[in-house]
Amino acid sequence: MRDFVQNFPLFSIILCLVSSSASSLLKGKAAKWVNTVLICVVGAMSLTLTFYCLAHGSFTYTMGHVPAPWGNEVRGGVLEGAMGTFFCLIMLLSMTGGRKKLLEEVEDTKQNLYYILVNLMLCSLIALVYTNDLFTAYVFVEINTISACGLIMIRQNGRTIEAAVRYMIMSLLGSGLFLVGICLLYDITGHLLMSNIKESVQALVESGQYGEPLLIAIAFMMMGLAIKSALFPFHAWLPDAYGYSTISSAAILSSLVSKGYIFLLIKIIYRVIGFEVVRESLLLNVTFVFAGLGIIFGSISAMREDDIRRMVSFSSVAQIGYIYLGISLGTQVGMVAAVFQILSHAATKSMLFISAIGLTDASNTSRKFKDLTGSAYRNKIAGMGFAAGALSMVGIPLFSGFISKLLFMQAAVANYGKMLPTMIVLAISTILNAIYFMKTVVRIYSPERDLYKGREGFKVIHTREQIEYTCTVILFIALNVALGLCSEPILELIGKGLEMFA
Amino acid sequence: MNTNLLNNYAEAVSMIIFAIGFTNLLLHKNLIKKIIGLNIMDTAVYLFLALKGYIKGHVAPIIIDGVVEPEAYINPIPSGLVLTGIVVSVSVTALMLSLTIRLYKRYHTLDLDEISLRLKKEGL
Repeated sequence: MRDFVQNFPLFSIILCLVSSSASSLLKGKAAKWVNTVLICVVGAMSLTLTFYCLAHGSFTYTMGHVPAPWGNEVRGGVLEGAMGTFFCLIMLLSMTGGRKKLLEEVEDTKQNLYYILVNLMLCSLIALVYTNDLFTAYVFVEINTISACGLIMIRQNGRTIEAAVRYMIMSLLGSGLFLVGICLLYDITGHLLMSNIKESVQALVESGQYGEPLLIAIAFMMMGLAIKSALFPFHAWLPDAYGYSTISSAAILSSLVSKGYIFLLIKIIYRVIGFEVVRESLLLNVTFVFAGLGIIFGSISAMREDDIRRMVSFSSVAQIGYIYLGISLGTQVGMVAAVFQILSHAATKSMLFISAIGLTDASNTSRKFKDLTGSAYRNKIAGMGFAAGALSMVGIPLFSGFISKLLFMQAAVANYGKMLPTMIVLAISTILNAIYFMKTVVRIYSPERDLYKGREGFKVIHTREQIEYTCTVILFIALNVALGLCSEPILELIGKGLEMFA
Repeated sequence: MNTNLLNNYAEAVSMIIFAIGFTNLLLHKNLIKKIIGLNIMDTAVYLFLALKGYIKGHVAPIIIDGVVEPEAYINPIPSGLVLTGIVVSVSVTALMLSLTIRLYKRYHTLDLDEISLRLKKEGL
């Protein structure tokens, strides 16, 4: 007899699917409420699951009572529950922060379609977090891609459609490689469930058979997921997709979609292949090089932009590089740093996007830096949000970015071979981050109010006109500071979760 | 090495087809040809899976004349995976085609680089 809580992962997935179908029959406003309630309920279920797993340990849930190796399985653990909760929280905040813009930018008749896509996105993210079956993971990766494409192009202009096409092309290349990787792995192990594959892989490694196919399968899967999560040099689609879609989409795409794939990759490394095997395959050295290049080139591209949203998008390339850097260090400490960076980047990047839209709204919707001068005085709360996000990105103590940089440094010290390059890359990147983020903060806080007096669109937006938005930004700042100040219990949670993975 | 390649020549062929589709999807400018590349790539994976599921001398996994020994039948799981894969590939192909129609109606060209160039001129 299983506990009732163990049904929660499956309930979350089914609930998302049902509500996305139901939203197609509803009007925009009703669909909005369904979506909000859904995110809250799924988040609450994931939170309960986290505490349940902390007390009772992880569990696998066989669907339809068909036992392994034939049935399909869902797995619950501390890290899965915590990630599910966090994804729901960020998604809720991204939705409330972009609500006003959504009403302006998306046609009235298509409002409910947007919520269908968001519900599907949540469904695929939750499924990627909880699934214990590789082929199910592939199917939900594709659902994730399709809904992300919809989220990009829901705001209809030529630019978003082109961005959606480019996104789809890169994503499909990635999922093609991922699929081939799964097929090769199925071919040599004969299983699709993660725990069964791991047993077979370990037997193969011990007997020394099929060394090359195994290496190629791991390489294909890693490369596929790296393309999908926009690791340098596969990031060409990213600035357009994040820069021109409606703001909730940009926040969700940058903070959740790519993180879902990276979480799946971590899961594959731990639960499918085994950490030791991946470390000995030397593939991590390849990702290490790309991650380091990505950090530097992402920052340089961000510096050269004069469009605030594209700048924030390019900084995502650098931050994704950080996560891969943590993974490629090949130590437990590095992995903890990578998972913490997932949380920290998700919280910060969505806040930066949401704040940036407040600043551009107060500047005649222009995104060029020359029009944004002094915009933090015209929209005070957005300015605060952007400044807090920028400080976190640069790595000032008190904010979450500092803790992740600290963790990366500590992890680098533990890995002798990669210590020096990691340190150098981190130092360069911190300087570059400081240059382009502080430049923006200084500009939005330069008092040049008279310059814009009487010009159309350059208006002061008061807090009482945007209560929902203000609450969102305050919650984002609070979340960021909480991650920065109370990192100890969170790190403990991540450590426990990773131990349960193995 | 060589004998392995000769024994598994069909798998090698499927991987070559995969590479052709992959390159097509990645490098072609024309959107329709890109979508064709996508389909070639996916079909190569199905070929690979079907090859892996087939065991010489065994028949399709449908019980006839009460024979229930697993040795008599081929592995049905790869066929199931192929079916799932086809469903996924059909839906993404449909989505890509609809996006292509949208772009063609706006810009009257299928060349993705040309479209990017015009977008820059529009200054959107």
